[in-house]
Amino acid sequence: MNEKVVELKGITKVFGTVRASDNITVSFNYGEVHSLLGENGAGKSTLMNILCGIYQPDSGEIIIRGERAIVRSPRDAISHGVGMIHQHLKLVEDHTVLENMIAGQKGSFFIRKSKLEAEIRALCDHYDIQVDPNTKIKDLSIAEKQRVEILKVLYRGARILILDEPTAVLTPQETQNLFKIIKKMREDNCTILIITHKLDEVLEISDRITVLRKGKYIDTLINENLEPRTLTDKMVGKSTNLEIVREEVKPGDNILEVSKIVVYNHENAHALFDVSFSVKKGEILGVAGVAGSGQKELCEAIAGLQRVTEGSIRFNGEDLVGKTPRKIIDMGISMSFVPEDRLGMGLVSSMDITDNVLLKEYNRQHGVFLSRKEAKKQALDLVDKLSIDTPSVDTAVRLLSGGNIQKVLLGREIETQPELIITAYPVRGLDVGSAHKVYDLLNVQKQKGVGVIFVGEDLDVLRAFCDRIMVLCNGKVTGIVDADKVSREDLGYMMAGRHMDEVMADV
Amino acid sequence: MLSLIVFLHAAVQAGTPLLFATIGEIVTEKVGNLNLGVEGLMLMGAVGGFMAGYHSGSPLVAIIVAALTAMIGGWIYAFLTVTLRANQVVTGLAITILGTGISGFLGQSLVGEVLPKSFTNVFKPLSIPILNKIPFFGHVFFNQNLFVYLGFIAAILLTVYYKYTRLGLNAKAVGENPYAADANGIDVSRYKYAHILLGSALCGLGGAYLSLVYIPAWQENVTAGRGWIAVALVIFSMWHPSRAILGAFVFGGLDIVGFRLQELNISISQYLIDMLPYLVTILVLIFNSVRKDFVAGPKALSVSYFREER
Repeated sequence: MNEKVVELKGITKVFGTVRASDNITVSFNYGEVHSLLGENGAGKSTLMNILCGIYQPDSGEIIIRGERAIVRSPRDAISHGVGMIHQHLKLVEDHTVLENMIAGQKGSFFIRKSKLEAEIRALCDHYDIQVDPNTKIKDLSIAEKQRVEILKVLYRGARILILDEPTAVLTPQETQNLFKIIKKMREDNCTILIITHKLDEVLEISDRITVLRKGKYIDTLINENLEPRTLTDKMVGKSTNLEIVREEVKPGDNILEVSKIVVYNHENAHALFDVSFSVKKGEILGVAGVAGSGQKELCEAIAGLQRVTEGSIRFNGEDLVGKTPRKIIDMGISMSFVPEDRLGMGLVSSMDITDNVLLKEYNRQHGVFLSRKEAKKQALDLVDKLSIDTPSVDTAVRLLSGGNIQKVLLGREIETQPELIITAYPVRGLDVGSAHKVYDLLNVQKQKGVGVIFVGEDLDVLRAFCDRIMVLCNGKVTGIVDADKVSREDLGYMMAGRHMDEVMADV
Repeated sequence: MLSLIVFLHAAVQAGTPLLFATIGEIVTEKVGNLNLGVEGLMLMGAVGGFMAGYHSGSPLVAIIVAALTAMIGGWIYAFLTVTLRANQVVTGLAITILGTGISGFLGQSLVGEVLPKSFTNVFKPLSIPILNKIPFFGHVFFNQNLFVYLGFIAAILLTVYYKYTRLGLNAKAVGENPYAADANGIDVSRYKYAHILLGSALCGLGGAYLSLVYIPAWQENVTAGRGWIAVALVIFSMWHPSRAILGAFVFGGLDIVGFRLQELNISISQYLIDMLPYLVTILVLIFNSVRKDFVAGPKALSVSYFREER
């Protein structure tokens, strides 16, 4: 059964000046799990979006089951049996599971609910997935939503499934669950294409692996006795040192003490409940948790952007609760917040580097008029020091790559010589080189005695980089553990809501 | 009691143009397009319908032309916002101004002209047997003209459409999350065009009711801001066509309450009376935003859809 089901020949797609996919030729077989591996910007998603009709290739052809296929839209893709599970799930939150599954499907004019419900339940049973067809999507967890998305694609009769970074939002246990479903699909002779950059998962689940780099096809390997090293070298293109360094610094006194804080979200539910922890000078505290467990609210509460209903946040002994960011600055407290949403909250995307520096700098200037000279000097400094790749300091930051945007933001914040840095997903979307630059920057600060709160998603990075890790689940702390003493699995259990004492007692 | 019945009977008639315009705007907004051109579309329907009726003498032709005239406005709106992805608010306002201008221009020579007798005959009150015997409500709702019944039926059909049919479900998916709809194989542009055109036609019928039935003579700017009330009524009815029935009649009542008060020799400035519907709209908006189960409308409302957006 080792036959080609899909062949992509010479696929090229250009966005502006970027060749997102450059003459890529690759094929996939019946009944195989095939991973597409590469750094960000390698062209994995672009290639798959072309296969499923979201993007139109500039040149090249798609051959499905031996015949040339024209895929102009997702609808065409479905008719060829190709379905994609996107990283940002494409579900209508306000509709039920059933409504999402049948939307766009041909069928009787009126919706025959009981008949459709039975069909969906049968499909669920086959794949051993538990979900009620009548629940609204917004009431499901992320892992459940993803399962609905997979069901939806299967229900439409897809035999070639593309999963885009499927494990990014899952705990290790949920990932195992997903792999079970994937294996079941492979047994049914479906072809599963996985876009990912997580090596261990690639090695665990794939039959074959294709590596892409900067829009180009590099190699396809059979997953037998593969070394992770081989793959990373192919991904990055040169031998790299992927070791993340944890600088050993003797921690000082507590710089930040958070005690029993409670924060409500806009729906009046607990975003944070009874959260207590401390950060020492010269310490990096990692924060782990499934996306949306309260990380954002935590960062914003400390930065003075969220209303804290109960509890206290003490910075060098001074309570920050109830103070606006401006007041906090006026108190002489030097703290930097590098938010997850770099171009939304962090920087003004349409302004250039100088003006973005000025946004932080203006405060130190006197008089009515601003001097751009000082800011320009600082901007040039930043570009030089952090080797930011930009045509000039007058370039709008939105035109820079993700890594360079992060360097601008982090660099600007560090210039203010903070005593505490709060970073949320600082390496998200960055390639390996840029990510290491970020780790280095933070390590330098740590050595200077700065306290760092590092909200992250990659558990291996958290374990290697941080001193301690705090795990959040549904706005509650399920454990604060030493990073070098905790396993991935234990972190996973805590992310899923089990308390650290329970998890550790099991061992 | 009798005068209350008479008042409500008149409120239903005054509410009918609002009902058509409101469900028209609901249909448009459900596919994610905010069309602030309702006022303009109503005026286009009003003038188109009146001209066709005046020259042909046929109520049926008048109604069809009214819907088609408004659909031209709707098509311009759809072309700009769906195909060219222009800003919906600006486009809608342009349609209002355009429609006002067109109706003023075309209606110039018709001011004061009256429709032929055939119209008053066709749109005279028709009692619905049995239902009109219901105490109190019988006369209010079931002793009305054909156009009013058409409004009821349209609202009920739309309710069924959105609740029980695949097409309705797909349309809602487009307005909630066009990316999801597209990935599901729903042709987003086609759904948007079809529903914007249908919605515009309904708005046009709302305008035609004014020029053909309510005031069967041409007067300039016959809608007098009713299109704007309809936009607010969409929120009042929380995007449910069936709730629009109630909303339209309440606002219809507010529209005519001034005359009734005059009859009762209560003198309140007409300017204050004219403010009432808008005042209530503001109250409804406040009430709506403090509710726990606040519905903000279709999630992708007024957001242009572009598949290859990165």
